[in-house]
Amino acid sequence: MRLTGEATAVLVEILFYAFATLLVAGALGVITARNPVYSALFLVFAFINSAGIWLLSEAEFLALVLVLVYVGAVMVLFLFVVMMLDINIAELRRGFTRFAWLGWLTACALVAEIVGVVWTHGLAGVDVSKGFVPEPAGFSNTRALGEVLYTRYVYPFELAAVLLVVAIVAAIALTLRRRPGLKTQDVARQVAVRAEDRVRVVKIAAEKRS
Amino acid sequence: MHTQISRLLALWGTLPSIVRTTVWILIITIVVILCVAFLTLWERKVIGWMQLRRGPNRVRIFGLLPGMGQPFADVVKLLTKEVVIPSRANKFLFRLAPVLALVPALAAWAVIPLSPQLVVSKANAGLLYLLALSSMGVYGIILAGWAANSKYAFLGAMRSAAQMVAYEIAMGFALVGVLMAAGSMSLGTIVGHQEGGILAWNWFWLFPLLIVYFISGVAETNRAPFDVAEGESEIVAGFHVEYSGIAFALFFLAEYANMILISALTAVFFFGGWLSPFAGYPLIGATLLGDPSFFWLGLKVFVFLFLFLWIRATFPRYRYDQIMRLGWKALIPVTLVWLGAEMLMAAVHVGPWAKPWFH
Repeated sequence: MRLTGEATAVLVEILFYAFATLLVAGALGVITARNPVYSALFLVFAFINSAGIWLLSEAEFLALVLVLVYVGAVMVLFLFVVMMLDINIAELRRGFTRFAWLGWLTACALVAEIVGVVWTHGLAGVDVSKGFVPEPAGFSNTRALGEVLYTRYVYPFELAAVLLVVAIVAAIALTLRRRPGLKTQDVARQVAVRAEDRVRVVKIAAEKRS
Repeated sequence: MHTQISRLLALWGTLPSIVRTTVWILIITIVVILCVAFLTLWERKVIGWMQLRRGPNRVRIFGLLPGMGQPFADVVKLLTKEVVIPSRANKFLFRLAPVLALVPALAAWAVIPLSPQLVVSKANAGLLYLLALSSMGVYGIILAGWAANSKYAFLGAMRSAAQMVAYEIAMGFALVGVLMAAGSMSLGTIVGHQEGGILAWNWFWLFPLLIVYFISGVAETNRAPFDVAEGESEIVAGFHVEYSGIAFALFFLAEYANMILISALTAVFFFGGWLSPFAGYPLIGATLLGDPSFFWLGLKVFVFLFLFLWIRATFPRYRYDQIMRLGWKALIPVTLVWLGAEMLMAAVHVGPWAKPWFH
């Protein structure tokens, strides 16, 4: 069944609102769930829905990378940590009202920034009333993204990569502690070990039974 | 008879594409599940033979083929058993986890080209889709371990999470090498660009990546010798220790479906998918054997599945720290070095980079 253009548009619209509703619901779940593991799972849910929205707007590379990196790796590590923590929830909630104004302030600032970008500038040349304009067939946004990142902005991109590496090294260096007297395995020595080092074959002369 | 078949084919052609796709999805799912059933039998037989035993040989089909009825007997047994949900378990997640484990393993088949004509979706980001899906499979295991509220299950889940994250990176890098050799993320194109006989397949120029990919694949499916997530000698059955009946069967199904998937992907990425090994040779290349077909993909998948079983019957289980060491310190550096080597090869136009689409 080849869907007509109009039917496709309606379908896309329905899917968009479905994904958007679930995304907002998931995001609300992240901040309202009492159990931190639930919060992390709601965040995963929100990520998957936003990937769905990106897929609808033909940004399949971003959508799949979001799932691959955030859902598949970052959130797994998050869950890994959160599940192992023994969190006292009452303790955590005690500061809730005291720091609520900070949260509201941050939220308002974020909303103001988004509004500022959308309404005042940054949308030059984009006709919002027309809605989403699909790319022509055969357009590969992987290639387009590659051209932008690795050709046009290759130096800023590499610089960002170096910055990340520095951050990683710094994070490791900050948490690396050397305790004296710690017994660790030297794997090279373990691998190089041979039977003669461990087992001594002794030849004992047979005794004569008297 | 012949006219009936052609009439059926004509009718098939007039069906709306959404119906045809759904039918194909159903066919592929059922075939994969049947393959899983017989893979379990084949595994027990092969390991039995390797250990000088007979393997399952009691249950017959209509009194014939000793052992062939075993998978069906197992299915009936698992279906009729009670699914016990521990009283302190998180009931919703406990039920959700087996489904989360199985769905990615089946959904991945959407982009795998089964034959030159047959693929459910020709998505041009197929490779990324596969990576994204395979990275989601870990949620079933983590949630199963956590929701069961059992120490053994939890330990298994934690081991599995760390292992999956580590080996996914090696797997991803190995696939970057495939991507460089094909110049495309569409699986059909990746297979098509390997055309030209056995030596044109990716395994020859990307041999280290093939090794890394397959080892990571074994680790990703939590198969021996990387099965610390189950570790029956240490943590009973790991993440699925509290599961029984059909819920356990779903985990089993997911593990074996993943094995078939990894085998199919190894065939597609490194061994030319549906391409024939005889293509391009005189005489035999001109016959039916030289034609690309689903038969070749099936044969390659079978060989890799056998390799999975062979590995399981041969190697003792890795220690957890050895797994981490192998993943981070051996496999990832190998892929990085080989990506550099590929850059050199691409610069001097040898191997796959000598082909016209790279000029």
